[in-house]
Amino acid sequence: MASESIAIGAIDEPRQSIGEWLTGWVTTVDHKRLGILYILYSLLMLVIGGVEATIMRIQLIVPHNHFVSPEVFNRMFTMHGTTMIFFVAMPILFGFGTYLIPLMVGARDMAFPRLNALSFWLTAFGGSLLYFSFVGGNGLYGAGNAPDVGWFAYAPLTSRAFSVGHSTDFWTLAILVSGIGSIGTAVNFITTILCMRCPGMTLGKMPLLAWLNLVTGGLVILAVSPLTAAQIMLCVDRYLGGHFFDTQAGGSAVLWMHFFWIFGHPEVYVLVIPCFAFASEIIPVFSRKPIFGYPVMVAATVAIGFVSMSVWAHHMFAIGMSSYGNTFFTVTTMIISVPTGIKIFNWIGTMWGGKILLRAPMLFCIGFLFQFLIAGLTGIMLSSSPFNWQLTGSYFVVAHFHYVIVGAILFTIFGAFYYWFPKMSGRMYHEGLAQAHFWLFLIGFHLTFDFMHIPGILGMPRRIYTYEPGRGWDIWNLIVTIGVFFQIAGVLAFVAGLLWSMFKGQPAGDDPWDAWTLEWSTTSPPPDYNFATIPVVESRRPLWDLKHPEDPDWKYE
Amino acid sequence: MARLVVLVFGSFFAGSLAFAGPNDIPSIFRPSSTPADSIFGLSHLVLAITGCIFAVVFSLMVYVVLKFRRRSGDDGREPPQVYGSNQVELAWTVIPGLIVLVLFLATARVILSIQDAPRPANAIDVIAIGHQYWWEFRYPGLGVVTANELHVPVSDPANPTPTFITLLSADTDHSFWVPQLAGKTDLIPNRTNHTWIDPHTTGIFLGQCAQYCGVQHAKMLLRVYVDSHGDFDRWVQQQKIAAAPAAANGDTDAVQTGRRVFESTACINCHAVSGTVANGRFGPDLTHLMSRDTIASGAATNTPENLRAWIQKPDSIKPGSLMPAMNLTKQDLDAVTAYLETLR
Repeated sequence: MASESIAIGAIDEPRQSIGEWLTGWVTTVDHKRLGILYILYSLLMLVIGGVEATIMRIQLIVPHNHFVSPEVFNRMFTMHGTTMIFFVAMPILFGFGTYLIPLMVGARDMAFPRLNALSFWLTAFGGSLLYFSFVGGNGLYGAGNAPDVGWFAYAPLTSRAFSVGHSTDFWTLAILVSGIGSIGTAVNFITTILCMRCPGMTLGKMPLLAWLNLVTGGLVILAVSPLTAAQIMLCVDRYLGGHFFDTQAGGSAVLWMHFFWIFGHPEVYVLVIPCFAFASEIIPVFSRKPIFGYPVMVAATVAIGFVSMSVWAHHMFAIGMSSYGNTFFTVTTMIISVPTGIKIFNWIGTMWGGKILLRAPMLFCIGFLFQFLIAGLTGIMLSSSPFNWQLTGSYFVVAHFHYVIVGAILFTIFGAFYYWFPKMSGRMYHEGLAQAHFWLFLIGFHLTFDFMHIPGILGMPRRIYTYEPGRGWDIWNLIVTIGVFFQIAGVLAFVAGLLWSMFKGQPAGDDPWDAWTLEWSTTSPPPDYNFATIPVVESRRPLWDLKHPEDPDWKYE
Repeated sequence: MARLVVLVFGSFFAGSLAFAGPNDIPSIFRPSSTPADSIFGLSHLVLAITGCIFAVVFSLMVYVVLKFRRRSGDDGREPPQVYGSNQVELAWTVIPGLIVLVLFLATARVILSIQDAPRPANAIDVIAIGHQYWWEFRYPGLGVVTANELHVPVSDPANPTPTFITLLSADTDHSFWVPQLAGKTDLIPNRTNHTWIDPHTTGIFLGQCAQYCGVQHAKMLLRVYVDSHGDFDRWVQQQKIAAAPAAANGDTDAVQTGRRVFESTACINCHAVSGTVANGRFGPDLTHLMSRDTIASGAATNTPENLRAWIQKPDSIKPGSLMPAMNLTKQDLDAVTAYLETLR
C-alpha cells in the first residue's frame, strides 16, 4: 500500500490515491460503505441475471427456435434463478439493511462491523465461485459449462451420475459460502436491532424497517441453515460416498426437496419482508401520514414469519404426498394470506386521507401494491392443492413468482433506491429519468408477466428450451418476449439516471423528503459514525416531533 | 394506466375460461376426465373469490391514489395524522379469515375426492416409468409394453372404466401431466406414486413431462390415445403379438440385412423386440414401433424419412438424447430402417 501511494504521488494533495481509495473500500468495516458495496454488487449481478433471462426469452420467442442449444438454455435458467435469488435479491436487501438499520436505530455502526465485512465478502466470493463455473465447471476438459440442474437442483440430477464435471460443485459451494455470509448478516441485524438502539427507542418505537428486518434476520437463520446443511450433504454424496440423495443406493430425492423448500419458502419472505419495510417507510412519508396500525403491522409481520415456516411443502403438492399432507399445507398456505392482506389494507389506510406525492419512490411503491395484490391472488389459486396440480411446474407458476419477485420485490427495491439515493450519495436523482424508468419498466413488466400466466393455463411446462407449435402458446410467448425489451429500456433509463445523478445531481440536503426517521437527521451522505451525538427519541417519528413541537407523536402513542 | 390494468386483469381473471381454444390445445380449462373436471369446478370457485377480492381491493387502491393525490394548488399543510383504528383492523382480519375458511373447505373436499377415490374392480392398471427423455408404459394385466403413446379405454360415467397409473422413474424426477385429464403427479426414483384418469371422450390428449429432468426435458412429450372399448381391445390384441423369431420368407433382402444389423449391433442393448434376441430395457420397446404415430417421444412424426434421420443422427431431431448415433453405413442404415418398418 505504501509503495502504491508513493507511486501515485499524493504529496501535497490531501486527495487519496487510487490505491488508497481502493484499499479504503476493500478493507472497510463501515456499515455505509458495506451497504453500498452490497448494492453495487447486486446491481451488477442484476444485469448479468437479466442478460441470462433475455437469452431465454429470445430462444422462446417462436417455437422450435435455434438461438441457443438445449444445454445452454438449461444453464441459463439455472444461473438466472440462482443469481437473482442468492446474488441479487438477498444481497441488495442486506445492503439496504446494512446501510439503514444503524442509521434508523440511532447507532454508530452495526453490532459486529468485522462480521459485517466478512459477510459481504463471503457473499461476493460465493457469486464469483458461481460464475467461475463457466470457466472451471468442466474440469480440465473445456470451458463454458455452468450448472444446469435448475435453481432448486432436485436430486438425483445433482448426483455424479447425472452431473459430471464440477459445474454442480461450483453451484453447491457458491450457495454454501454465500449462505454462511447471509447467516452472519442475519446475526448482525438481530444483534444491532436488539442491542444498539438509541436512548428512548423502545421496541414499540422502532421504525417498521427495523422491526421487519428483525423478523427477516430470524427467518434467515432458520431457513438458510437447513439449506447449508443440505449443500454439505450433497458434497458428501458427491465426493465422500454418501447416499443421502442417491436414489440408486436407497437415498431419497424427496429428502432434498424438503431440505430445499424448508429454505425456499421462508426465503420468499426473507426477500419480501424487507420490501414491506421499504413500503412501510416510503408510503407514509409520501402520503404525509404516519403508518396506519403500527402494532398490527408488527404483529402481522411476526405472524407471517411464524406461519412461513410451516408452508414449504406447497412447492411439493405434485410429489405424491398423502391427502392429509396436501390438506395441511393447503390450510397453512391459505392462512398466510390473512396477515399479508392486513398489511395491504394498512398501506391503503395510510394513504387514505393523505396528500400523496407521486414522485418516483412512491410510484414504485404504488406499483408494488397493485402487483403484490395480484401476486397474492394467484398465490391463493396455487395454495389450493388440486388447482396447484394443474398450475405448478407450468408457466403460470413462473408468472406468479415473478409477480412477487419483480412486481413486488424489485419494484420496492427501485423505490427504496430512489428514496435513499439522496441520503447515500448526497445528490438528488434525476426525476425525469426515474419516471421514464418507472413507466417503461411497468409496461415491460406487465407485457411479460401478465401474459406469461396464459401459456401455463394452456399446458406449457416451465424449463423447456423449445415448444411445439400449434398448442396455442406461440402468440403469448411472443408478447412475453416483447415485454422484456421494454424492461431493458427501463433498466437503461435507471442506469443513465444513476450515472447522471452521481456526477450532475443537485445537492440533496439532509432531509429532501421532509421525512421523520433518524437517518434524515444527519448529513447526506452521513459522516463516519453517523451521529455527532447519539440521538434521543420519544416516539416512532422523532423528526416529526422536532418539526411539530406543538403536535408531537409521543402524545398519541 | 388504471384502465389498461383493469382491462388486462379483467380479461385474465374473468375471461381466462375463454382461452380454452381448439381441440389440440392442452388447456386445463377443457377437462375431459373426472380429476381434471373436479379441479376445473374448484377453479371456478377460486377464480370467483379471488376475482371479487381483486375487484374490491383494486378499485379501492385506484380510488385512494386518485382521490388523495396531492393537487397542484396544495397549501402545504400536513393532513390529519391518523394512527390506526382497531375496529377497521378487526374487520379486515376477520373477513379474510372467513374467506380462507370457505376456500379451504372447498379445497379439502376436492383433495379427498381425487386422491382417495375408490378403485373400481374393472379399472385398467398401467405402470408408467419415466426415462431420460421418454415414457415407458407397461400394462401388467394385459401383457402389453409400449412407449410414449399411452392407450386407454374411454370411460362411461355410468359404468366407469378408469385407468389407474403407477408412476415410477428409472433415473431422475419427471412429472406426468396431461392437462385435460388430470393434474401433475411426479415420477420420482425410489418412490411409487399413483394417479388415475377416466377420460369421457375418445381422442388424442397431449401432455409432456413437467418436472425438469435433464437436457431434453422439453422433448419428453406425451400422448394419450383414448379409444373406444372395441378399438382398445383390438389395440391390446395387436400389441400382444410377438415379432417373428426368425426371418420370414416374405422378407426382402433389405429387411433381412436390417434385422441382422439390428441384432448384431448395440441396438439390442437398449431396445427390445419381443420374440427376438433383442431384449434391452434402456430404450423404448420396438416390437410394435410402426403402430405408433410418433418417434423420439413425440419429437417427430413416425415417417420413414424421420425414422432414418433419427437412427442416423438422433441429435438432429433431439440434441442431447441418450440414443447414440451408431455410424451405420448408408446401406445398413437403409436396411435397419426397412427392418424397423416391418415391426407393426
